[in-house]
Amino acid sequence: MIESIKYIIPELFIVLFTLSYLTLSVLSNGKTLVAYSNNISAIFLLLASAIVLTQDISPDPVMNGFYSSNAFTSFFKVLILTLSALILHLSDDYLKKNNLQIFEFPLLANFSIVGMMIIVSANDLLSLYIGIEMQSLSLYILASFSRDNAKSTEAGLKYFILGALSSGLLLYGISLVYGTTGSTQFHLIYDTIMYSDSLLGLQVGMVFIISSIAFKFSAFPFHMWTPDVYEGAPTPVTAFMAVVPKLAIGAMFAKVLFDVFGGIAHNWQLVLVFLSGGSMIVGALGAIAQTNIKRMLAFSSIGHVGFALMGLASVSPEGLSGFIIYLFLYSIMMIGVFAFILNMEKDGVLVTDIYLLAQFSEKRPGVSFALTLLLFSLAGIPPLAGFICKLYVFMATINSGLIYLALVGAIASVIGAFYYLRIVYIIYFMEKETKLDGRMPFTHLCILFLASAAIVIGTYNLLGVEPLTRAAAQSLIY
Amino acid sequence: MVPLEYYLAVAAVLLVVGVFGIFLNRKNVIIVLMSLELILAAVNINFVAFSVFLNDMVGQIFTMFVLTVAAAEASIGLAILVCFYRLRSSILVDEANTMKG
Repeated sequence: MIESIKYIIPELFIVLFTLSYLTLSVLSNGKTLVAYSNNISAIFLLLASAIVLTQDISPDPVMNGFYSSNAFTSFFKVLILTLSALILHLSDDYLKKNNLQIFEFPLLANFSIVGMMIIVSANDLLSLYIGIEMQSLSLYILASFSRDNAKSTEAGLKYFILGALSSGLLLYGISLVYGTTGSTQFHLIYDTIMYSDSLLGLQVGMVFIISSIAFKFSAFPFHMWTPDVYEGAPTPVTAFMAVVPKLAIGAMFAKVLFDVFGGIAHNWQLVLVFLSGGSMIVGALGAIAQTNIKRMLAFSSIGHVGFALMGLASVSPEGLSGFIIYLFLYSIMMIGVFAFILNMEKDGVLVTDIYLLAQFSEKRPGVSFALTLLLFSLAGIPPLAGFICKLYVFMATINSGLIYLALVGAIASVIGAFYYLRIVYIIYFMEKETKLDGRMPFTHLCILFLASAAIVIGTYNLLGVEPLTRAAAQSLIY
Repeated sequence: MVPLEYYLAVAAVLLVVGVFGIFLNRKNVIIVLMSLELILAAVNINFVAFSVFLNDMVGQIFTMFVLTVAAAEASIGLAILVCFYRLRSSILVDEANTMKG
């Protein structure tokens, strides 16, 4: 038992750091550390991702089958840790300006990051549940972080009610799966499913579990909370929620589908097709009427979730690696876009109305160009990386014979291009004086330009992640 | 000994009552929190019943975790609700409508 501790060193490292940070902050009345707290946490998260890179991996489940540590989990953990470090750094300025800088912010973010690492690594329905609750309980508080703001508390309340409902359904599903298979460990459930004919309770449980994960992933019939929460939550929290949990939940979705229910793929394939097609259409149509950029990005994230799910719906190693590539590039594009949105200011106040961007290119041509590249990539315009990752999932879908799903995806991506291009139109051609006067700090500019450079370079070699995603996909499929 | 189906039926009824309590309730948020507790109670009954009938401890351990997490969840929900009440002086579900579209 004690020798398997080496597989959870990164998690232990962050937990120890967070708890000692909590103790120090409370003892010093939360005053001394608070000005640097976000950046300190960011540095420790980067250290943790370095630890993940040097960590031992094992093909079999560890900690008595409770946990796993392989190429798939390392890939996602490194991504999660690095991106959350960047977001914590980006949030710093906003929190300072809006009088929200209290020591609990990085604390809650760190706890939710630990939760996401547990989600990614879980090999047992119990550890999966604990991880999900850890990340969502922290996110509920973060969403209502600005307590004097009516929208923020309302967002927190809505997120809490619907999130708690989905956790309840997840648990009900888990209890049915446990009752029919007699185990909560992924590999044991997988074996039981392989060697028995028909398990009715198992299929009901599976539907409960899939729908509650779709809920957390904001996929189509369960997407109602996303626009409200994205709009109401403070912008750094929106940035955090739009990028990092998507990776963790996506990884978990793939893991649950292939590691637990891999033997009955024919049963869940249609469910996934439905989730994916619906999300793409809702994402494309819902965003058209929006003028608030955060709300628009919420619908855009629903749409992108749909495209990513196409990879899972095709039930093949190729589709799985397309799914991982899609999540990876999506998170990079989103972090670039949010580096810009966190600095959309007018008279020192953060604004979110897209029409205030009119003629922004006259004032800041470089920033406008970088943002335009990111938007083109989100719209999936060739030859940018956003197009390449769409190509991967479309290819996988067509190869497994789901041509109608690919057709829906093509139509949705054409409709979806409209609202990205509308922002580009506003930035470059709309006849109006720009009202934005914020100055982007140097590091924020770096993140924006690096993200747009990444999607341009990514067209050439996908930043070298393709072999990594293949290895990750391989370690998931038996 | 009471057969397993009876336990499952009670749990299923509790689950349905809980879910309907959330979606049909147009009054206040406290009722929503109570409905969430009902759903978790349904889950716990399921786990303990399966655990006894399978002769396996995992279900009961799972129940312990669910109870703990449910307590944490309720406290966070109430805290958010207090913030909401301070700003709106109301906890009606229909009042939560500043964002639409």
